[in-house]
Amino acid sequence: MSTGPAITVAEVSKTFRLPRQRYSTLKERALHPLRSRAVDELRALDDVSITIPRGEFFGIVGRNGSGKSTLLKCLAGIYDADHGTIAVDGKLSPFIELGVGFNLDLTARDNVLINAILLGLSRREARERFDEIIAFAELEEFLDLKLKNYSSGMHVRLAFAVATQADADVLLIDEVLAVGDAAFQQKCFEQFRTLREAGRTIVLVTHDMQAVERFCDRAMLIERGRVLEVGDPHAIARAYNEINFGHLAHNSPDGARYGDHTAAEITAAWFEDAAGERVEALAQGEPLRIAIEVRFHEALDEPIFGLTLRNQDGHSIFSTRTDYRGVSTGRYEAGAVMTMRVSLDNWLAPSTYRLTPSIARAGAGSDALDLREDLAWLTVHGTGNSGGVFDAPHEIEIDRR
Amino acid sequence: MSRQGPQLIGDDARRFWALTWTLALTDWKLRFYGSALGYVWTLARPFAFFGVIYVVFTEIAKIGDDIPNYGVYVLFSMVVFQFFGEATGSAVTSLVARENLLRKMRFPRLVIPLSTVLTAMMNLGMTLIAVFLFAIGSGVYPDWGWLELIPLIGLVAVLATGTGMLLAPLYIRYRDVQPVWDVATQILFYASPILYVATMVPEDYQKAYMFNPLASVLTQLRHAVVDPAAPTAATVIGGGAWLLIPLAITAFVFLLGSWYFTREAPRIAENL
Repeated sequence: MSTGPAITVAEVSKTFRLPRQRYSTLKERALHPLRSRAVDELRALDDVSITIPRGEFFGIVGRNGSGKSTLLKCLAGIYDADHGTIAVDGKLSPFIELGVGFNLDLTARDNVLINAILLGLSRREARERFDEIIAFAELEEFLDLKLKNYSSGMHVRLAFAVATQADADVLLIDEVLAVGDAAFQQKCFEQFRTLREAGRTIVLVTHDMQAVERFCDRAMLIERGRVLEVGDPHAIARAYNEINFGHLAHNSPDGARYGDHTAAEITAAWFEDAAGERVEALAQGEPLRIAIEVRFHEALDEPIFGLTLRNQDGHSIFSTRTDYRGVSTGRYEAGAVMTMRVSLDNWLAPSTYRLTPSIARAGAGSDALDLREDLAWLTVHGTGNSGGVFDAPHEIEIDRR
Repeated sequence: MSRQGPQLIGDDARRFWALTWTLALTDWKLRFYGSALGYVWTLARPFAFFGVIYVVFTEIAKIGDDIPNYGVYVLFSMVVFQFFGEATGSAVTSLVARENLLRKMRFPRLVIPLSTVLTAMMNLGMTLIAVFLFAIGSGVYPDWGWLELIPLIGLVAVLATGTGMLLAPLYIRYRDVQPVWDVATQILFYASPILYVATMVPEDYQKAYMFNPLASVLTQLRHAVVDPAAPTAATVIGGGAWLLIPLAITAFVFLLGSWYFTREAPRIAENL
């Protein structure tokens, strides 16, 4: 096996020509031969270059319509690039989505065999690996059930089990981790790790930043067909959230700042885990500490410290203030530096949270001395997503009569 | 290191064939799935139509009286034409029907129209079993001439594949290709010797009539399979050399289809 990069994309551009009228007919062409066939040009990829080394788990992120799926389809050889070259070293898995080619009217048994052949296995190889596939999907009892009677979770498990059986050196995957229960997601994660240890290269397209931060070695942010940034997945996830919330306008990682911050200013804010280490990501259920560092330029009595956590949708999820909690903050001289810590159990739902700390003078209705929006980010990851904004520890009792 | 781009045939003949076969077989199996009488139903259409035609043309219009084994001939020619009609008809919509595969999977594009022709061929094989039984029951016994069925059906398959390759990408652009082709198939049905035989065509037109590849194929089929006393296609067209014209038309349709499909293949997924 050669040691060069697995995927080399050089200056690739792709433009779609979208006719204004989608379906034309021969009749129209015959009756109106001179009517201009107007097309809208959509530049889906603009001069994209990227090199992905062998064995890397690479994420491609971007908003809807950013061109990330187009890039994946060009990589897969489904679309033809207009300019530039794409070279893939090694065998490429042919699917970009799970369950492609599944037929709902056939049984799981038939579908697995057909799908394995679509993937490039021979009939014999497909039969040999059949048991392994079914065991991985944990569907031994449902082999002869037609696929239309499968739940969506079972469907995905089966699809994932077959897809990872392909003897591909390079796997291209478009949005997969959204479905399946927590235990199966864990299994998928382990399967990814196994594939990676075996030297496979995986390219994942998603807008799930949790998946990017959890799985990827490196990621790329794409916007309007252009590569904005390539690098560490945490930085990419953060940059993605920024463009998603429109903060890229002032091109600063920090949000807006209010107050004149002459009397006192917030110099830093961060999150800590139970051991006091600074973290940008934390598992759900772990103790969490939110820290704010303030430097005083004037002497102040009983200043008020506050903070708000907002989730990806911009909703305030958690908020607290020293005055509401009846905490006495004391007196500070000019030049003093203090750190406030708020401790709580992290029962936030998986999402990325932005911390907005503030300080104000004592007294009702006073203006903020300093308020810094989105000064720190925390990604909370968990094994399941309830859909709520926080997941309180709870018990469920069933009282049958 | 391979350069990426949509493939027409691909670089792996084994995979190309495995895909074509698997897709064709799946489609074919689905017809029989969920109905115990699956095979009977596939026979119902040609045989019911045949029954009507037979009664009309032997009892009412009395065309069939002078033709030996008229019933067997009508059944054979109808089944062969139905193969052509089914292969081209399903090839037209094949790319659109397989949109999900085409947009989400990398595989040689030509597999799609080819597999529809192959499915139609499997159906033909199943129907022919019943037709053979009918022929034997009617006193037409197999001989070496029946082997000519293989190249004859092969020619129809080449014509159907060429037509399919031409129409399938065209249908993505122009949705009225399908109704147009339906009408064309109807015309072709009456322009081919199915309900009647080629020798009944007025002599002045006979040569031109036989330029229709299906007319030549069915006329030869009549000689080889149904009635050895009937003239061969070469006799009807007026000399073996003239047969090069229907053959050339078949080859032309196939090459035109291949050329157009090859040209359109890289953009099929994005135009869907």
